[in-house]
Amino acid sequence: MITKKIAVGLLAVAAVYFTSCKPKGSSSAVSGDAASKTYVAPGKYDEFYNFVSGGFSGQLSVYGLPSGRLLRVIPVFSVDPEKGWGYSEETKPMLNTSHGFVPWDDLHHVEMSMTDAMPNGKWVFVNGNNTPRLARVDLKTFRTAEIIELPNSGGNHSSPFGTENSEYIVAGTRFSVPADTDNGDVPINTYKQNFKGHISFVSVNKDNGEMNIAFQLKTPGVNFDLARTGKGKSSGWFFFSTYNTEQANTLLEVNASKNDKDFIMAVNWKKAEEYIKAGKGKKQSVRYAHNKFNEETHTATSEIKNEVTVLDVAEFPDIVYMIPCPKSPHGCDVNPTGEYIVGSGKLAALLPVFSFEKIQKAIADKAFEAEKYNGIPVIKYEAALYGEVQKPGLGPLHTEFDAEGNAYTSFFVSSEVVKWNVKDLKIIDRKPTYYSVGHLMVPGGNTKKPYGKYLVAYNKITKDRYLPTGPELSQSAQLFDISGEKMQLILDFPTIGEPHYAQAVPADLIKNNQVKIFEIAKNKHPYVAKGEGETKVVREGNKVHVYITAVRSHFAPDNIEGVKMGDEVYFHVTNLEQDWDVPHGFGVKGANNGELLIMPGETTTLKWVPDRVGIFPIYCTDFCSALHQEMQGYVRVSPKGSNVPLTWSLGDKK
Amino acid sequence: MRKKSLMMLLLVMPLFYVACSGGKTENNASTEPTEGPTTTTETADASSYDPKRGEGKYDEKNVDVTKFDAALAGQGKKVAETKCLSCHKMTDEKLVGPGWKGVTQRRLPHWIMNFITNPDPMIDKDPEVQAQLELCLVRMPNQNLAENEAREILEYMRQNDGAK
Repeated sequence: MITKKIAVGLLAVAAVYFTSCKPKGSSSAVSGDAASKTYVAPGKYDEFYNFVSGGFSGQLSVYGLPSGRLLRVIPVFSVDPEKGWGYSEETKPMLNTSHGFVPWDDLHHVEMSMTDAMPNGKWVFVNGNNTPRLARVDLKTFRTAEIIELPNSGGNHSSPFGTENSEYIVAGTRFSVPADTDNGDVPINTYKQNFKGHISFVSVNKDNGEMNIAFQLKTPGVNFDLARTGKGKSSGWFFFSTYNTEQANTLLEVNASKNDKDFIMAVNWKKAEEYIKAGKGKKQSVRYAHNKFNEETHTATSEIKNEVTVLDVAEFPDIVYMIPCPKSPHGCDVNPTGEYIVGSGKLAALLPVFSFEKIQKAIADKAFEAEKYNGIPVIKYEAALYGEVQKPGLGPLHTEFDAEGNAYTSFFVSSEVVKWNVKDLKIIDRKPTYYSVGHLMVPGGNTKKPYGKYLVAYNKITKDRYLPTGPELSQSAQLFDISGEKMQLILDFPTIGEPHYAQAVPADLIKNNQVKIFEIAKNKHPYVAKGEGETKVVREGNKVHVYITAVRSHFAPDNIEGVKMGDEVYFHVTNLEQDWDVPHGFGVKGANNGELLIMPGETTTLKWVPDRVGIFPIYCTDFCSALHQEMQGYVRVSPKGSNVPLTWSLGDKK
Repeated sequence: MRKKSLMMLLLVMPLFYVACSGGKTENNASTEPTEGPTTTTETADASSYDPKRGEGKYDEKNVDVTKFDAALAGQGKKVAETKCLSCHKMTDEKLVGPGWKGVTQRRLPHWIMNFITNPDPMIDKDPEVQAQLELCLVRMPNQNLAENEAREILEYMRQNDGAK
């Protein structure tokens, strides 16, 4: 997301920065009542849930605001042995792709599910930038419910931004590549001829959230960075920031920074939808994985799908228009009314604000540049421009809004957040960040009616902000109170991985809908044991299925004999508890595997291939009661061909 | 072995009492999710606790045990097998919790239904349950029984105690 160029620029600036700017730094930025503004007394709840991308951790973190307390790390694209994610048999299919099992990804952005351009608290969508994927996290369980891979894509960065009613979540490729159906064995320096961009419009089922790739737009080969839906006035449109419109394939730091202006690509998605409905799309044969977690069987399935419908935008002159935007824009953010689109050119020294009305007029008047861009009309800059914010700072990246007509933009190079008025384009306030802010976030700052009150800057560099922890420090987030005219820094807090974008919503939208237990009666796992009476051990060839239950504080059975070398043992652990916050854990000595963490009423499976003869302890890993330390058992492993019979027991029961 | 666990018990008990009294607000928090944890007056006031009735939605008026219903008891057996019998035996032998034999003679029917549907406040307040906890050291979990399930289990317990 942040180019090397900026990093180089940063080094230059940082040298100056640390000497000249530091003295007026943190101490003067924090005033006396900051602590009371972020203090959430023991036992009290935060006002907002803040869903923060975990960057290269591949996970999604959840913080409370204003306290900055870490509430949860939700595993999404990366394995998490603590929660058994990607280790249990049930969750392995979630990380399947057309490349096979991919245990990691790079999660950059988050998008709350929306109704009428306001969050509805049902789901949060997140992107995987590396092996292009899109995931949906269910906010009733705070678990990843679905992951869909994106064909024709080189890296899903411009994602997962959604329309006003989450009709579609978009997924634009960062790295243009030859389409999956084309021969990819081409010289890299044939980028201009052979490399294409693709933007997926992924539909979301209103009721159950299920995602499907409705269609893809095939575009010229460029890098897609971020995107925003139109709303209100600009309903039915989508805006994407692009860079590398130079179509360079090497040393992009230099070669993708030549043009004075790249583009914001405006897409009339309603029109595209009409063409698709009219059968104008081309069906292409591709391969991508679609993974879903079923809450009744507590098991994920992975399906490889084979077809996608593609519209080549060059063949349909009224879907896509390019708007020139200086220089390598990152953010292209739409204000609450939907009228203004703010481009944040990360190498630019000004902020252009485009007007949707003017864009429409320019299209009607054909106020286009003489030359099309790869077959796409280019609207004249002045014809789309509402105005420019002059001298806002260096390296603008991303803008969010409050409900009072103000915008807040992050500046990476000059390391500050700047508040300005959208109407008169005048700067109201600027505050330093520590250090080098990437994205920023205002609760509801992308919606039609922002909740405001706070702003969080997600910084890329930490340096001296915390007690040092060797060469790597956790990235810092900084909370500002924006309830007054001037912004006030009130809190630093560390984050996981590298936070990029984040969103926050009022706690009330989410906290009362929580699943506290899974009803055991509704458990449809094929290996469930609904009570100790149903526990057993079954041998099928060299596969040994252990139907085992957990309850405070014992496993049933807890003595198992007759397992032999060469066996694959599957522990299907059913947690019989029906009480909130009483998971049981399950670990096996020597297993080349993670643990299980089994929620009340759930069944989860650990595969274990014994590597030697002997006695293997099993035990509960999650402290469950005063007798948790007694929650253990033994498995006896005998040599291959041994005649030890398969037996299992608990206490005096068989 | 026995000696060791007895020692453990003695060691754990003082801690446990602290945890128990502190746990009161915690338990209330889990049933009152709308605001931050609060202490509800109903559960905090131990003096209003009626050890004969227990605490919950049941009393002699809404639990009718004049007739025995074998079908109901059969249902209760099924529910108990999933949700109860990991820890309770049908005899008077203690497993994790006390055996069920004779429970319907020791307790009123609505006390039983209150306890199995609303264990946390009763564990905190009922002197006899507190004494039981000192023996078992595991708080009986709330197994989220539906009303009909609680009634079915009661009928199964009655059958176990000879009701016909």
